[in-house]
Amino acid sequence: MPELVLTKNVGKKDSHTLGIYEQGGGYQALKKALLEMKPEDVIKEVDKSGLRGRGGAGFPAGKKWSFIPKEAPKPKYLTVNADEGEPGTFKDRVIMENDPHMLVEGSIITSYAIGIYQAYIYVRGEYTRSISRLEDAINEAYARGYLGKNILDTGYYLDMAVHPGAGAYICGEETALLESLEGKKGQPRMKPPFPAIVGLFQGPTVINNVETIACVPHIIKNGGEWFNNLGAPGVGGGIKLFPVSGHVKKPGVYELPVGTPLREIIYNYAGGVRGDKKVKAVIPGGSSAPVLKVEEIDVKMDFNSLAAIGSMMGSGAIIVMDEDTDLVKTLRILIKFYAHESCGKCTPCREGTGWMAKIITRIEKGQGESSDLDALLDIANGIRGRTLCPMGDAAAMPVQSFVTKFRGEFEDYIKRG
Amino acid sequence: MPTLVIDDQKVTVDPGTTIIQAAKKLDITIPHYCYHPRLKSVDMCRMCLVEVKDIPKLQTACSTQVRDNMVVFTNNQKVLDARRSVLEFLLINHPLDCPICDKAGECMLQDFYFQFSRHTSKFKEKKQKKHKVVNLGPKIVLDSERCILCARCVRFLKEVVGTEELGIFDRGDHSEIGIYPGRPLENNYQGNLADVCPVGALTAKDFRFACRSWFLCQENSICPGCSTGCNVLVHSSERSYDKTLRRVYRLTPRDNDEVNQSWLCDVGRYGYHFVDDPDRLTAPSLKRGEEYVKVDWDTAFREVAQRLRGIFERYSPSSLGIIPSPQLTNEDLYMVKKFFNETLCITNIDFKLPGWNQGQGDGFLLKADRNPNTMGAELLGLSGIGPQAGEIIEKTRLGEIKALYLVGSDPARYLGEEKIASALSRAQLVVFQGSNYNYACKFAHAILPGATFVEKEGTFTNAQARVQKINQALRPLGESLPDWKIILGLALTMGYYFPYKAAEDIFKDIAREVTGFSGLDYKKVGDKGIKLALSGG
Repeated sequence: MPELVLTKNVGKKDSHTLGIYEQGGGYQALKKALLEMKPEDVIKEVDKSGLRGRGGAGFPAGKKWSFIPKEAPKPKYLTVNADEGEPGTFKDRVIMENDPHMLVEGSIITSYAIGIYQAYIYVRGEYTRSISRLEDAINEAYARGYLGKNILDTGYYLDMAVHPGAGAYICGEETALLESLEGKKGQPRMKPPFPAIVGLFQGPTVINNVETIACVPHIIKNGGEWFNNLGAPGVGGGIKLFPVSGHVKKPGVYELPVGTPLREIIYNYAGGVRGDKKVKAVIPGGSSAPVLKVEEIDVKMDFNSLAAIGSMMGSGAIIVMDEDTDLVKTLRILIKFYAHESCGKCTPCREGTGWMAKIITRIEKGQGESSDLDALLDIANGIRGRTLCPMGDAAAMPVQSFVTKFRGEFEDYIKRG
Repeated sequence: MPTLVIDDQKVTVDPGTTIIQAAKKLDITIPHYCYHPRLKSVDMCRMCLVEVKDIPKLQTACSTQVRDNMVVFTNNQKVLDARRSVLEFLLINHPLDCPICDKAGECMLQDFYFQFSRHTSKFKEKKQKKHKVVNLGPKIVLDSERCILCARCVRFLKEVVGTEELGIFDRGDHSEIGIYPGRPLENNYQGNLADVCPVGALTAKDFRFACRSWFLCQENSICPGCSTGCNVLVHSSERSYDKTLRRVYRLTPRDNDEVNQSWLCDVGRYGYHFVDDPDRLTAPSLKRGEEYVKVDWDTAFREVAQRLRGIFERYSPSSLGIIPSPQLTNEDLYMVKKFFNETLCITNIDFKLPGWNQGQGDGFLLKADRNPNTMGAELLGLSGIGPQAGEIIEKTRLGEIKALYLVGSDPARYLGEEKIASALSRAQLVVFQGSNYNYACKFAHAILPGATFVEKEGTFTNAQARVQKINQALRPLGESLPDWKIILGLALTMGYYFPYKAAEDIFKDIAREVTGFSGLDYKKVGDKGIKLALSGG
């Protein structure tokens, strides 16, 4: 196993404190960036690292930052998306609880690179420990002069604040997050304008996932090329946190090179399937990623390889289901979640998710009809690609993949009645 | 300027134009719900999705700006599929109550379903239950089950009125429009909510269950409620469909960028009820002792002419007073001026009763001057010839004026009943010409019924000096006649002939004789009006 980068302090006593973080070389990257590098050099380095957004969409981080206009009439903002809400995903929490300074340092470097003077970390409200750990870390950073006025005597200044969410999945969508941060009801905005141009309080805004930002200090310290090479041979893109859950012997968060084969993660790291049963299905990238059949688990866990087989890396959250899993029930649970969390702003998602939930619930109760499966697919097709924000796709993809790949199982349910 | 192709047709538009606006230029209507030309686009309903060549996902036509060489398809299979799907989604929880829904016949959900979908629903589940018959305030009722959550109402109150009384509460398929606790609708623009609502979710109490929309005729007109002169449609029917005797069922705003955009205030919108009010004067009547006797027009004209002539012969033109109303059309007022002032040489003519223009404005559409034609009355010279209207009343009280002729005016409204009683009871002759009974009628020796603004043709001149046309939507009630015709008849009885057959003929003379109107053509006034070029204004 290669040397750990993001999770190397996990398990250490008081790993969340400034002292421990600095002992392990923390804030060296900040010093390097602020004292030795120009902002544009920071962006170049991140560009070189091949770092792609860890929140789900996988957009290259350096490129995202370069969209921010240099001169803008409104203040620019950094917003760290810590509203980790995708079912199966629990990786950002590990960083925030165990190594909050890594996120704070990454946020300062990112802000410096883009010319930002105010950063927010929008944390999922239920993550009370993450919130308090981040607040403590920010206070420590202010006291040490890493935040506030005249950071490291360079004249650069930055303020940072934690904002707890109020419990809506949709607020993980970047523009809904901005609405919520502004004190409004969390619903996605129309795009364009994109947040890079008109974002928080109308100012240009960078929104990055916790894990993405946490990679930044390491990239600055060791170089973009170093980070890129941490990825699997021929794949690159650095390391990635893979939260593994479901029927595995050792569920948990695994830090592995981008491009590690899924089979290897399940069997070599997560210890294989509980009771040594067979795998029936695996969701590879958080609950909205299209499900994989057991024949497909040799896929490499990187953005392109998963897209090539019609799924997606998403947040990298792996949910393993063994041969005894009731997929009708599983899909019902997933779809009820999406119906419950649909914000209701646009028609297909608002009406379609509720409708799909009603049908799948009926099938599970033994009241399914033969036309129901085609109806489910038709509804999912009506949602996919036609909604205001990606949550429509998130709800449609599980239905499309479950019903298509495991149609027999659904038909059996309907026939059994 | 970008040139693009929409459904194989080329169009060049200004930069920044959206696809839906560009398509409109080609007379291609892209179906939509949340989009409203006067509100910001929000991309919510997904009905306007169209295909743009080389972009994999369908794009919202309401918010996507055109680019040079863009190729757009608004009617191919991919687009039609998406449209059908959105309609199916909108209808799964929508009640099938078109037969009792006030919006039926003018409902965008009904219309687009028939135009694009006509599907048999595959929805077998229970519909979402939501609140029905929710009172949002004094004028509007909400049926949440019919609501398609396009948020036009919410955005109208936020962006246009600024009161923000409505919001969308809860989320997902149980989202509902509602008011904030303790903050019912109180603004002066509530009627517009029923207009902007594309379905039957928001209905106006004034119109609910009164008439099916398809029984109504629509005629372009101007709101007579104030000097803004909002462009309206009069929805009416010669036959009354409810237990009342109403023939006018509603006024709705008509687009005019220069005047009222697409809006109408509630004071104006709900001010039309006088048209079918029981207090309408429907037949010429003469006072015989303490009784009023209905007579035909000839008899009425003869009696009024004879008594006017008597006073003329015994006294002088200064013993007569005329108070016209700025509620009258330019044509009516021109006849008043032409006959009473220029022909009979009466100089006691004035429309400005004390306080005539001092209502409460609201800073948006509603003006303090609640008369649609004050500017016309000014330009036509119905003030400033002699004493003001208040003095005319006073002179009547003092006995200097022996005969008082009121044309549509209601002096008691401004001066109080006591003052009017003491003045009018001293006059030897009081003629009241107008559409509805008012306090002055008590003292009238002759009552000549005038037609209302929906029963005649003509023009008003609004506060911006814009001449705008009213059209006849209904026959004059009973025996009533347009005011200019009444004066024409009286003049003829007294031996003066004016060669006018229609309002248009009078307008020609106005355009010939009155400064400001010169050169105007009645036909060119059109549906949007023409602004007068006034010197110094």
